Amino acid sequence: MSTTYDAIVVGGGLVGSAIAYGLQRKGLSTVILDEGDIAFRAARGNFGLVWVQSKGTDFPPYAQWTWKSAESWAELNAEILDITGDDIGYSRPGGGELCITEKELESRREKMLRLQSHAPHFKFEMLDHKAMRDLIPDIGPEVVGGCYSPADGHANPLYLLRGLHQSLQAKGGALENGGKVTAINRQGGTFSVSTAKAKYQSAKLVLAAGLGTKDLATMIGMNVPIRPQRGQILVTERLKPFLSLPLSKVRQTSEGSVQLGDSQEEVGFDEGTTSSVMNRIAHRAATMFPHLKHARIVRAWGALRVMSPDGYPVYVQSEDHLGAFAAVCHSGVTLAAAHALHLAGSIADGTLPDELAPMSAQRFTNA
Amino acid sequence: MKDHYQIAIIGAGPAGMAAATIAAKHGASVLLLDEQPHAGGQIYRAVKRQSIKDRDVLGADYYVGRGLVTELDDSAVKHITGATVWQVSPEREIGISKDGVAWLVTADQVILATGAQERPFPIPGWTLPGVMNAGAAQVLLKSSGVASPDAVFVGTGPLLYLVAYQYMRAGIPIRAILDTTPKSNMLRALPHLPAALTNLGALLKGQRWIKQLHAKSMPFIKDVEDVRLIGEDAISKVEYRRAGQWQHIETTQVFLHQGVVPNVNLAMAAGCEHTWNDIQLCWRAETNAWGETNMPGIAIAGDGITIAGARAAEFRGRITGYGALVRCGLMNAAERDRQAQPFQSALNGELRMRPFLDAMFRPPRQFRIPEDDATIVCRCEEVTAGKIRESVTLGCLGPNQLKSFSRCGMGPCQGRFCGLTSLEIIAETRGVPVEAIEAMRLRAPVKPLMLSELASLSAEPELTD
Amino acid sequence: MHRIEREDAPEFTFEFEGEPLTAREGDTVAAALLANNHRSLRTTAVTGEPRGPFCMMGVCFECLVEIDGVANRQACMTEAQSGMKVRRQLGANDLGKGPSFDDDEGASS
Repeated sequence: MSTTYDAIVVGGGLVGSAIAYGLQRKGLSTVILDEGDIAFRAARGNFGLVWVQSKGTDFPPYAQWTWKSAESWAELNAEILDITGDDIGYSRPGGGELCITEKELESRREKMLRLQSHAPHFKFEMLDHKAMRDLIPDIGPEVVGGCYSPADGHANPLYLLRGLHQSLQAKGGALENGGKVTAINRQGGTFSVSTAKAKYQSAKLVLAAGLGTKDLATMIGMNVPIRPQRGQILVTERLKPFLSLPLSKVRQTSEGSVQLGDSQEEVGFDEGTTSSVMNRIAHRAATMFPHLKHARIVRAWGALRVMSPDGYPVYVQSEDHLGAFAAVCHSGVTLAAAHALHLAGSIADGTLPDELAPMSAQRFTNA
Repeated sequence: MKDHYQIAIIGAGPAGMAAATIAAKHGASVLLLDEQPHAGGQIYRAVKRQSIKDRDVLGADYYVGRGLVTELDDSAVKHITGATVWQVSPEREIGISKDGVAWLVTADQVILATGAQERPFPIPGWTLPGVMNAGAAQVLLKSSGVASPDAVFVGTGPLLYLVAYQYMRAGIPIRAILDTTPKSNMLRALPHLPAALTNLGALLKGQRWIKQLHAKSMPFIKDVEDVRLIGEDAISKVEYRRAGQWQHIETTQVFLHQGVVPNVNLAMAAGCEHTWNDIQLCWRAETNAWGETNMPGIAIAGDGITIAGARAAEFRGRITGYGALVRCGLMNAAERDRQAQPFQSALNGELRMRPFLDAMFRPPRQFRIPEDDATIVCRCEEVTAGKIRESVTLGCLGPNQLKSFSRCGMGPCQGRFCGLTSLEIIAETRGVPVEAIEAMRLRAPVKPLMLSELASLSAEPELTD
Repeated sequence: MHRIEREDAPEFTFEFEGEPLTAREGDTVAAALLANNHRSLRTTAVTGEPRGPFCMMGVCFECLVEIDGVANRQACMTEAQSGMKVRRQLGANDLGKGPSFDDDEGASS
């Protein structure tokens, strides 16, 4: 079994797996090194949205990158289906955001207009209660309205992850499970990456280990300032289908269970749940969908987002060690297509796309 | 709507009752929470208002529980029945739900006394209507006087024989007993017999049940190697293999049992450390002599530590209660040691029997790890053994990943009936010991609760964004 | 299943699938249904296969039935009461959007 590859990707989550698949797809022999069952698997907490509305409202490069990904998602979906035969639950029915006060509604509209001001292709509609009810019959009387955008969609994040892994392997790539990376060295043009089990060599290295990227990056002199941000999620028992449109805080999965979110908490690496946040999420959910009040919550957890100081992704190539890259973001599902079909290709050529320059780690060190 | 107590105890079985009354007796404000409508837990279910006329049916050991319930009723303990505890946070915030309303309580000290449940028994057809646990038969008998004539009892372990014996005393005909205790268990258990002889009375009692059951003219078939439950919409036939030969018995009721295991969900979700107990093939809470865990202010009493039976649970309850009193500043350590000493001796006596029983009734591998890939392991999500094995070959390393690969463990029972089985299947398929695999991560809510209950938790929820 | 000899507990009736059944004071819904020989209480959300009570102590979540319009209630953890209307839980919870649903007034919380 070889330990020399064209590319090593550290991190088998949504970002790492998409990039690895993209590299293998471009003809680079690629291996993913993944920590295993105990990893802070952000994918498990991902809501599954392929979301355009509200991304990069005040930061055009991110809005454009997101748009690019959303527009190529169908292509990625088709490739995975073609290679694995598996449906990863992707659809693009559009997406909604429900508002329960006039203030929220107004604030939402302003935000969408700001986004549209630099992204004119982004379409949205502000809907009043009646119009929203036509779209989503089960909304409660206290929902004053909301926002609908045809550009949004959703997928099953875990099926996507599995699909990327299987597609990588089907094209000849490898997935090495169950070992934390302990050392990274460089000699000449070759990177040498060690886990407890083995040592791997490659010409290209991509660090895409979510929250683990910060420490890994220091091993080759890169600074990737990220921190965990908790978002609590409640999940119901399986329910008969009633919601086909994904919403930012309520989404019914293909199995019927409904996911309810969310929160933004700075609590370090604590994946626990709190009664106060669960109460807030439940209360809002019951306001938005009164008939959900008799649904049972069977699971809840605190998912840790990979958060940079400004909330946008970080894409960087090491200046001291050309060929070493880092890629982190908290929208692994939305950006999966961009990562697999656009970013990977550039990395294969030894660069990052120009459009990602504003999202390099430099922006945190510059004044 | 917050309330505060010095000591909150979850579970009103022998351990919980014993801890609660001792704590209240020495002046602590004590809250006792239990899901059932009356105190007693499972072993002493319905003991206070037991209305079966013949006391020999359930046996003298059962009625011992009456004393504990009476003591509880006479005490100053605040006992809330019908209360599901869905959360014990590391800061000892307790989430309670009763009659569709949820609220929070805090305590200086928490004692988890949630007892045990029956081990899963994953054999083909175990999900068919008409198939229940032997404990279920006992609940029906104790709580409602309901019994199923002509049932087939399958498995191993003291509770199986006890329930069959109780049926016999009640004059309920038993169709057959299929005993899955492997012959080799006796050899394994023999070295532990001398220690167990110190509890001769209990051993002889068990012997007596089995002897009397054998004396009845119903099939008591030993050394059963394999069992399949057959039926379309309900159980209609039990197939079993013995000495290489398959035979069958027609029946519409089966009671399964192969031991009990601690209810660990609440303790694990609270952050209490557990290690794998390869003797009892389940998780063991890490506790000191006073039941304290690694979580400050959270202690465990009773079968939740290791399976040791009702009297051991009662003694552990007393000991843990004394420990909690000291931590509340209501007793000094010397007094605690003095008062706890007789209970510690009594507990040691009960524990001496355990190695023998654990070895004698160790459930055989083929009944813990289904060989037939089509056997359902996760009942809630209908995930088969084969699906779990396939997940491992696809790279799944443990029960947390297994949820994403297969949905095993994602149903309302929250891993209570699939957790142990899936752990052992993963270990076997990976070729590693169970200890090498990380446990399923459990979090509140530890029992499902309605969205409306969570939504109404506080009077003034902040609204989002 | 049948009842063994006990001090009498008062009888009452409740409904299962529209049919009147007898229960005794102190019975859980599950015990009452089993006493009346109803072993199959629901069909599963995944494949629609039949299930009935299994553990009788509230940990297996097999005995799920609809009680007085509310779905997926554990029959073994609910005390049977006179006049209760119990129905089989067929598949996933439809949150009362089926024919037996009585709309609450002022639905929002």
